Amino acid sequence: MKLFSRSSPDMPGRGFDINKLLMIACLLILIVTVAMPMLMIVYNTFFYGFTFDWQMFVHVIMDPSNVQAMWNTILIAFWVTLLGTLLGVFYAWLIGRTNIPLKNLMKTLFVIPYMFPPFIGAVAWGLLLSPRAGYINRMWMQMMGTREALFNINSIAGIVFVQICYYFPFVFLQVVSALERMDPTLEESARISGANQLYVIRKITLPLVVPAIAAGAMLILISTLSHFGVPAMLGFSRGIFTLPTKIYELINRSAGSFEGIRQGAALSILLVLVVVIALWLQRKILKAGHYDIIRGKSMRPMLINLRGAKYPLLFVCLASLFVIVVLPLFIIFAVGSLRAYGLPLQLSNMTLANFHHVLFSSRMAQDAIRNSFVLSISSAIIAMFVGTMIAYVVVKVKVKGKALLEILALLPYSVPGIVLAIGVILMWSGTFYLNLYNTIWIILVAYIARYVAFAMKSSSASLEQVHYSLEEAARSCGATHLESLRDITVALIRPGMIAGFFLIFLPAMRELTTSILLYGPYTRTLGVAIYAINAEGNITQSAALSAIAILIIMLGNLALRFVTRERRRVS
Amino acid sequence: MSEVILKNVAKKFSTKTLGEVTAVDDFNLTIREGECFSLLGPSGCGKTTTLRMIAGFEDLSDGEIWIGDKPVSVKKRNLYVQPEDRGLGMVFQAFAVWPHLNVFENVAFPLRVRKVRKSEMDSRIAEALKHTGLSGLERTFPSDLSGGQLQRIALARAIVMNPKVLLLDEPLSNLDPKLRESMRFEIKEVQRRFNFTIVYVTHDQAEAMALSDRMLVMDMGKIQQIDTPTNMYNNPANKFVYGFLGLSNFVDVTIADGKVYPEGASGQAIECGIPKDFSESAGTLASRPNEIDLLAEGGYRTEVKARIFLGDYTEYRMDVGDREIRVQTASEHGFHVGDKVGLDFTRVKWYSRDEGISDAERERRKII
Repeated sequence: MKLFSRSSPDMPGRGFDINKLLMIACLLILIVTVAMPMLMIVYNTFFYGFTFDWQMFVHVIMDPSNVQAMWNTILIAFWVTLLGTLLGVFYAWLIGRTNIPLKNLMKTLFVIPYMFPPFIGAVAWGLLLSPRAGYINRMWMQMMGTREALFNINSIAGIVFVQICYYFPFVFLQVVSALERMDPTLEESARISGANQLYVIRKITLPLVVPAIAAGAMLILISTLSHFGVPAMLGFSRGIFTLPTKIYELINRSAGSFEGIRQGAALSILLVLVVVIALWLQRKILKAGHYDIIRGKSMRPMLINLRGAKYPLLFVCLASLFVIVVLPLFIIFAVGSLRAYGLPLQLSNMTLANFHHVLFSSRMAQDAIRNSFVLSISSAIIAMFVGTMIAYVVVKVKVKGKALLEILALLPYSVPGIVLAIGVILMWSGTFYLNLYNTIWIILVAYIARYVAFAMKSSSASLEQVHYSLEEAARSCGATHLESLRDITVALIRPGMIAGFFLIFLPAMRELTTSILLYGPYTRTLGVAIYAINAEGNITQSAALSAIAILIIMLGNLALRFVTRERRRVS
Repeated sequence: MSEVILKNVAKKFSTKTLGEVTAVDDFNLTIREGECFSLLGPSGCGKTTTLRMIAGFEDLSDGEIWIGDKPVSVKKRNLYVQPEDRGLGMVFQAFAVWPHLNVFENVAFPLRVRKVRKSEMDSRIAEALKHTGLSGLERTFPSDLSGGQLQRIALARAIVMNPKVLLLDEPLSNLDPKLRESMRFEIKEVQRRFNFTIVYVTHDQAEAMALSDRMLVMDMGKIQQIDTPTNMYNNPANKFVYGFLGLSNFVDVTIADGKVYPEGASGQAIECGIPKDFSESAGTLASRPNEIDLLAEGGYRTEVKARIFLGDYTEYRMDVGDREIRVQTASEHGFHVGDKVGLDFTRVKWYSRDEGISDAERERRKII
């Protein structure tokens, strides 16, 4: 066989380039799903039809109840960030640097809140601590013979408490991993310099993990500023609003009228401004301190002997795990099995009727479960491919404009879900000849926009480990660009793509913030159905549906763990 | 008094995969005041564990350690002085320079802990920085410095307290070869000026020999030999020490009728004397590649299998019995591959056969 069959001295060239094509495709997708909806929010806030109108914006942001909502948002975010960070650092230090027993068990348990949907946690805490009907409050009133509740969960403090339970793992995980990766000789050299253990913690360990603490704290801050579920579940009934719930209320009150959506859009701009300030803070803080503390030759870090405090502290850990993890889980399953809400939690009052009703009779619940599955799976698959494509262009291709691509893809990561939902409504309700409102498609579009960033992060992490030379080697062996992509690069990052699928499937399964603005009569999702059933007062049924949601999410997490373990074995 | 004394020191670890492993076994050692003493051995031999026991980062399983005239670890009495109270200086392999403090603050740390007066602090830091060549870099942060400079910070930080004993845990192994050589001299220079006792851990025999007044070779947690570098190089106590201290050829031989026959050879004997105190009928000959001469005629006849020109010298490879040996010679012999050549073993050491421990066992211990 001849290597070069053509007799001419030129080798065959080709006119078009796959990379350029990929780049254009990515840009188009992101402009339609992300950039346009965002622009629509700004446009509709300041223009009515085609006339400039800034008065509505001023009117909305000067409205006292909206200003109140903003202060509530900031107040809640402040306390959740502060207390969640303290809690996370404390537990991380206990597990990373002391001789407390049961470390591995606790490390696993402390991460559970991470995968637990916060709004279901809010449902659970409502069942336990709502001022009159909450089980703990009733027990307290009975025991003390009083009519005063122990704690009212339907308050700012209650909202802060529930959010802390679900957000402190952000800091915990960051700090535990920083402590584990830290070179122990950094601490040892301080000891040999004459410093005792407490001095080393204050002057060496703590300052070195400050960047990790700050990163986790900023994650909490930004998440809690845009958080919808907990204040919606606990605050609505008492008229306590945050910006995200106020936006929802504005639109909901006006029954989806255009004026209501415009007001929501205006308030969204305020919310985005608050988040942008937080993001700016984040950039500044993360840039300020980034140390290289990765260990060289590894030795076990010296663990601090807690001596007498060991078992009291272990008790504190286990007690807080009980409160954060066990109690809410238990109450959801227990109330989901009750014949009627309010009955004592006794075996004789238990029944499977609620689960049966939710799974087999309730049209709304059945629809919701099916919709959530269809939406989560399809959005995860689509977002995974789009995200991988974008990641490929950003990581591997040298073209102009890929910075823009990256910014666009990561934008929905920081834009609150409720804001994205308004953008999607404005974009897809007939403005551009396409009306998806009240259909499942509008939710799908919103999910894809929201989760592409997840897939992109997961895939680019894998792609960065695939060296250029691997693809080049394939091409030098005679593979075309497309073949080398398919057989080498995609084959190597497949585990990252599968992990990306689950990283989208899981949050999409429990999504509430975006879908609550987008659902139609037959397109409720799991989150929306739980919210709606709860609001209707069918407490036992909403608990049963919550329990089912939790089971689905736990199974999904198990699958994710299995997949990532496989992945580790491969590498 | 700044001796370091180890008496019957032992350290056992319990591991999941291997069960109990004895990292350091019945260790007896006196490091004299003002000397530079090296612990040399392959990885997993227990040298770093020994140093960490002296520093106080590991407790003992048995025995006692004295620094000066004070006990710091005595297992029987459950006495254990915390690392910060032992008054030592230490330099780590990975530098362990604190990235959130600048050069000045790094070096000031030990003084700040002890609440030294400001004026005294400044002068001591200035002196430490001067002798480590860091003057002028006070306000620089570690992230802007090179590996050599980082190690100088670690050194300055260790000497600023003027410790009686300085512990160095493979301090040069993260540096590039050229820097490594110049840092050796800097460490010696600093020692001469401040006059402390050095305990130096390394796996690099050249480094140990260049620095040490006396040194120790250990393997599998046991001391193999303690001596000055010259004595140890010239008279290794056993095959392991011989093999560890430089390039070596080992040839298994049997002795018959006062003649030395290599294993696997066809009746040709090596001409070399048999020491009077060597009474076994089989042994191992050890010789360094530059202790064998090449002869055109006579000697142990064999054939050149490979010739490698290396600039300063030329290396030849040939078989002696069933062993391949290396010969390095500076003179230009002009032998080529396939040429017949004679070997003259100018200097050999005799060791018993099958000394030492299998490589598999050594590999296994690397896990700890």
